[in-house]
Amino acid sequence: MTTRVVCFVNQFFGQLGGEERAGLGPQAMDGAVGAARAVQQALGEAGTVVATVVCGDNYAAEHPERAVAELVGLIGAAKPDLVVAGPAFLAGRYGVVCGALCAAVQAQLNVPAVTGMHAENPGVELHRRQVHILRTGAEATRMLEEVRRLVALGLKLVRGEAVGTPAVEGSFPRGVTRNVVAAESAADRAAAMLLDKLAGRPFTSEVPRPAFPSVPAARLVKTLEGATIALVTDGGLVPRGNPDGIEALNATRYGAYSIEGKTSLDAAQYDNPHRGYDTSWVKQDPHRLVPVDVARELEQSGAIGKLHETVYSTVGVATTLAHSARMGKEIADKLREAGVDAVILTST
Amino acid sequence: MTPVAVMVGANRIVQAAGIIHPLGNADLTPDEEKALRRRIVEQALQALRTEVARPTVFTRE
Repeated sequence: MTTRVVCFVNQFFGQLGGEERAGLGPQAMDGAVGAARAVQQALGEAGTVVATVVCGDNYAAEHPERAVAELVGLIGAAKPDLVVAGPAFLAGRYGVVCGALCAAVQAQLNVPAVTGMHAENPGVELHRRQVHILRTGAEATRMLEEVRRLVALGLKLVRGEAVGTPAVEGSFPRGVTRNVVAAESAADRAAAMLLDKLAGRPFTSEVPRPAFPSVPAARLVKTLEGATIALVTDGGLVPRGNPDGIEALNATRYGAYSIEGKTSLDAAQYDNPHRGYDTSWVKQDPHRLVPVDVARELEQSGAIGKLHETVYSTVGVATTLAHSARMGKEIADKLREAGVDAVILTST
Repeated sequence: MTPVAVMVGANRIVQAAGIIHPLGNADLTPDEEKALRRRIVEQALQALRTEVARPTVFTRE
């Protein structure tokens, strides 16, 4: 009996359109559509993609619970033995819904589900504990090979075969501890690791550090009426002409833009290079991203002490953690130096 | 995207109006849209003076 597989893809990989179709709700199509054809190719005689379910990235990100519930309904109706979601690569909205959907399929339909994405996709940290997530590149350049590994892992789950360690499968650790017999004692392994470290040789810790250390919550020590508030955004608002050349994705730069004397932002003077969401609405009215109009009113009415006269902006899409952390620290240092007490950071 | 904000450790998270227009909504009249924006900014200010010990989502009222 051949394995019945249902694939999940976003509107882009389902070939229904780009950002302009990102609001599309869940729908099911017969057979392998778009990127799901790679899954069928990898399956060969071992299985059949009976349906492809598709959901727009914005719909999934804005109504996560509803989207997952609707998708689980569509998938259940196709009676799969295995669900393959993505791969999502470095696409954040896509990765988050792939992970959430696989977790829900396993829990509610009792059907194995696998997905794949890049290490910095937020879906990894959110869902790697519940779901087998395969490591992929940032882009779809090696998709066929990655889908082959994804399908091989999925078939192992369907058949109840033993799954290798994350290093062997090329997947993200699920945080599952399994007893194994080591050839050497812990003391010998620790001493060997220390010698490797001292000699500058590579070594692998048996206790990896968490990726996101918790950040202590700052306290606002002044009253709002006496505080200076700054506006910061990762949604990509820049003056027309993008004078700092902020990248459309993978940003390494940010800009500092004066709002001195402005009670509102004139759309004609602004632009937006961000390629991670449809920026038409923000270009039409920049306040939909950076609320200078109401912040100025709150300043004038005395609800806040002062609105900081500089807005900081960058593009938050496929931005590496290292660059995000560096830019965040630089912006925070400048704000502190300028006497800013608190920040409202608007994010898309 | 509030789950992502929680995961990376942002401490005060206000749920806004959507990815393509976090502080607006083109389907509303200009006056209604501005009132929506003002409510979100006021909620952000309220969040700033709320003490939190861990990432906390302030949902829309």
